[in-house]
Amino acid sequence: MEWVAENLHRLIFYVLAAMTLSSGMVVVFARRIVYAAFALFFTFLGLAGLYASLGADFLAITQIAIYAGGILVLLLFGVMFTQNISMQPFRAEVMQFWPSLVVMILGGVGLITLIKMARFPEVVPGDPQDTIAPIGESLLTTYLLPFELASVLLVIALIGAVIVARARPKEEKHGDTP
Amino acid sequence: MATLHEYLVVAAILFLFGLFIMITRRHGVWILMGVELILNGANLNLVAFSRYGGSKFAIDGQVFALFVILVAAAEAAVALAIFLSIYYRYVKIDLDEVDTLQG
Repeated sequence: MEWVAENLHRLIFYVLAAMTLSSGMVVVFARRIVYAAFALFFTFLGLAGLYASLGADFLAITQIAIYAGGILVLLLFGVMFTQNISMQPFRAEVMQFWPSLVVMILGGVGLITLIKMARFPEVVPGDPQDTIAPIGESLLTTYLLPFELASVLLVIALIGAVIVARARPKEEKHGDTP
Repeated sequence: MATLHEYLVVAAILFLFGLFIMITRRHGVWILMGVELILNGANLNLVAFSRYGGSKFAIDGQVFALFVILVAAAEAAVALAIFLSIYYRYVKIDLDEVDTLQG
């Protein structure tokens, strides 16, 4: 029992990492895009848990609210609105599967070796503290400019997305619509 | 306590998953999911370093990750708007068929 108490953080990390990576694998290898979208939901949840295990409480909630609750819903809407009604299947769903797999495995081995070889300064992290107040302070003092630019970016993206995705009128003239 | 290397390995594997999706798939929305996986891998890296890296600027990693989430949301919205336009024109989002600009 003491083994569990001592390695609790590590145990939680392994469970969350297993959940995240197995859902990630479903996103990669799924047959249908809806399966991949739902597996992506679990990937985002696992990542939120990993952020929480790193003491980033505000970021974990933000991840669930924005990624799982916003971006994923947007992706599902996108999948739904672009289903091909005439039921023509995609030709050969996956392109160049085996070469990409080889490259990915080689890259993975290389990256993981590099990570294992790296020496980072030994820092024992302290107890996790509340992050909302420090994040709020830095957003309004140190990172004020990126904060304002991000709001401008969001407005531009909103307007731009609405304009780009407007339904076209029935007759498609070439120079007509912006 | 889980070490920094373990978090970095998880982030690297997520990055490779996203990269594989982007290389392999042709459906536009699937490629977008790959992009989101890559961004999440980078976020995990940032937050892991913000905790295990040092104590002076510890909150900056999380602020950076917050901005990444924000920009990813904006980019997903615009990308889906573009995919909708492609669908209106081609009636499928096979990104291999959208090659009218190709020489």
